Amino acid sequence: MSRLPFYLIVALLLVSGAAMSIHRHVQFEVPWTPGELRQVWEIEAQVNFTADGGPAKVNMALPSSQQGYRILTEHTASPGYGLAFLEEDGGRRAEWSTREAIGDQQLYYSVQALVAPEARNSRIEPPPLRRDILWESPYDTAASQVIDRAWARSADPFTFARELIQDFTDEREGENARLLLTQFDRTPLLVRLLNQAGVPAREVSGLMLDHGRRRQNLTPWIQVFEDQQWALFDPRTGEQGRPDNLLLWESAGQAVLEVQGGTNSRINFSMLSRNQPAAAAVRSQLADDTLLNFSIHSLPLEDQALFQTILLIPIGALVVVLLRVLVGIKTSGTFMPVLIALAFIQTTLITGLVGFLMVVAVGLVIRNYLSYLNLLLVARVTAVIITVIAIISVFSVLSYRFGLNAGLTITFFPMIILSWTIERMSILWEEEGPKQVLIQGGGSLMTAVLAYLAMNNPWIRHITFNFLGVQLMLMGLILLLGNYTGYRLLELRRFKPVTED
Amino acid sequence: MWTTPARLRAKDIIGMNRRNIRYIGRYNNRRLYPLVDDKLKTKLLAQEYGITTPALIGTVTTQFGVKHIRGMLAGHAGFVIKPAKGSGGKGILVIERVEGDRYIKPSGARLSLEDVERHVSNILSGLYSLGGSPDVALVEALINFDDSFAEYTYEGVPDIRVIVFKGYPVMAMMRLSTAASDGKANLHQGAVGVGIDIASGTAIRGVQFDRTRHDHPDTGHELASLHIPGWETLLLLAAGCYEMTGLGYLGTDMVLDRAHGPMLLELNARPGLAIQMANGEGLRSRLDLIERQPDGVSAEERVVFAQHHFARSSELRQTA
Repeated sequence: MSRLPFYLIVALLLVSGAAMSIHRHVQFEVPWTPGELRQVWEIEAQVNFTADGGPAKVNMALPSSQQGYRILTEHTASPGYGLAFLEEDGGRRAEWSTREAIGDQQLYYSVQALVAPEARNSRIEPPPLRRDILWESPYDTAASQVIDRAWARSADPFTFARELIQDFTDEREGENARLLLTQFDRTPLLVRLLNQAGVPAREVSGLMLDHGRRRQNLTPWIQVFEDQQWALFDPRTGEQGRPDNLLLWESAGQAVLEVQGGTNSRINFSMLSRNQPAAAAVRSQLADDTLLNFSIHSLPLEDQALFQTILLIPIGALVVVLLRVLVGIKTSGTFMPVLIALAFIQTTLITGLVGFLMVVAVGLVIRNYLSYLNLLLVARVTAVIITVIAIISVFSVLSYRFGLNAGLTITFFPMIILSWTIERMSILWEEEGPKQVLIQGGGSLMTAVLAYLAMNNPWIRHITFNFLGVQLMLMGLILLLGNYTGYRLLELRRFKPVTED
Repeated sequence: MWTTPARLRAKDIIGMNRRNIRYIGRYNNRRLYPLVDDKLKTKLLAQEYGITTPALIGTVTTQFGVKHIRGMLAGHAGFVIKPAKGSGGKGILVIERVEGDRYIKPSGARLSLEDVERHVSNILSGLYSLGGSPDVALVEALINFDDSFAEYTYEGVPDIRVIVFKGYPVMAMMRLSTAASDGKANLHQGAVGVGIDIASGTAIRGVQFDRTRHDHPDTGHELASLHIPGWETLLLLAAGCYEMTGLGYLGTDMVLDRAHGPMLLELNARPGLAIQMANGEGLRSRLDLIERQPDGVSAEERVVFAQHHFARSSELRQTA
């Protein structure tokens, strides 16, 4: 049997994979390394509403270049709608309009924001103070008492704002604050109180940028002015200052989204950060979609975020193949370690390891009891699945109570896989003893950790996401490994006694 | 702690990867696997080809049938319950004798009828089968193993593994259960593996936990005098399994019964590599030699060929 076709296929895979990657590197200036790059956020806003059937008008706030971020390009996708960009009261807005719309409508707006520490805010005029604030009894007394209390402990508008907001936080919340909160929403209430005290302030909306997040919402912030200066305050904690990953989406004190001729309107955001050379980032609007520009980047952002993880799976699988074929490590369930490694990416390594060990250990104890009940296999594994879900719930609640938010990420573990792992380990324990459980469990965990380290490596993430050709090369490499007839590393130890005499 | 690939190659050792690709992948047609992965099929096939196997008491195929196991077992002093599709000796329950309503394992552990029923039920639900697929339980008569081996084993029945390549017996070993292996004949669990000379059926070398041994760890009996009666019959039986299954690279597990002589216990389409440790020699040059032989040679000629080419002298001390 000739092996020629096999080697031809492998060569074809390797060459075409390399060619695709080089083409992407040369043509689109995608760098090989993630370093020396500028970080670009791609943010996609998705507006959903149900149209009434008549004319519809959608007015949405748009972000501007600001401290820390420079807006590069923006795109919209809204078939059947007219579109205009407006400048209103220092804020940019997009206005979609159509004569007739019925049923569920989706409008997309995506923007690229370059992380630019040197970027500065454009001058923002303070809003006019509102003089027409009226309170009903008994809120008027509560409001003036709250203001007086904060006023007495502050020196200027910023310290006043901080003291005021802190009076509305959990630990310092007084009776007056509680009374006001029953009637008003927190952020508008705070703005109202600040205005009443003669401090110019308004509510703005910001987006916390977090890589790969989908279906995010804007968070409200309070912008407080003093002369030509302004500062941001977190209405939940009273903390002053802008977090580095906060992009102000709406900063004119207007509504983020206004829809006429529709109901049920809502907006959510998905985002990705990508590293691009600064020059390419600026030019990116020129790169048109051709067939050769076949890349994940032509997909909607939400799907790109998903693909970033999917494209890492071959890397994890490669680690498994290497460890099994070249090293000879035993794992419980061939690709179970890859799934565990994927969970580690969500949980971070230490939390993931602790969580995994705890779930499996408690699961083994309970599974041990189940074996006395003499159950059919499928029923028993199902019982283990429910047990695993219960363990995960209990751990989540406990860790939350103890203030360990990291514990909540334990829910990312693949529960059915964990259940089968527990079942297999338990049988292994009964038949071969705890030593084999340690060997195979340890082997699986070690494989998972190595797969995690490979999949979480920034360089590997960059390469797999930006160069699809690498997937073909991986395929070729794995085919070659599947052809390896040499010794495994651990066999060098296993067969050593034979060579001794 | 470690050796080098060059030294392993000098000893003709083959590794897992080579076994999988070069021998199992090339000579074992996947279509034929069910014949050996299902012990019931193997048994029926063996009867067809006139190869002796332990007597079948009965089979249990449904959970409902589990309740009738008591009637099936009545009148049998000792028996073995095994999953038809089990692997690696998993799920095999040996009952040496019955006292009243207690079933006694070779280790002396006493099981109730419920324990036995639970075991059968577990077998049916696929606990021991590959991939957890539903399975069938076989109940076989206990083998009355040859008394001449009583001194060489602890609790379990010693079995003889012969690797048959393209119908030629290429290497053999006897597996002696020990206290450490809990009466099981798996080398990685601590059973003693004794390399057997293909020409004469006598012991060449013994290993336990990969270390050389000259005696049985529990009975203290030396291994050098171990000799398998009816060796040529056994080799013929093993060689015949090639025609029976069509599998080119085959592990045959045989036992010696006091009354019936060599019997086929089970076949294995993915035999392990520990046999190389027990023989202190690799399989590679033997397999290479067989690969150069023409097809269509009768079983008798193949056995003669193997006995002529693979003769070895013992490395064991004559007196322990």
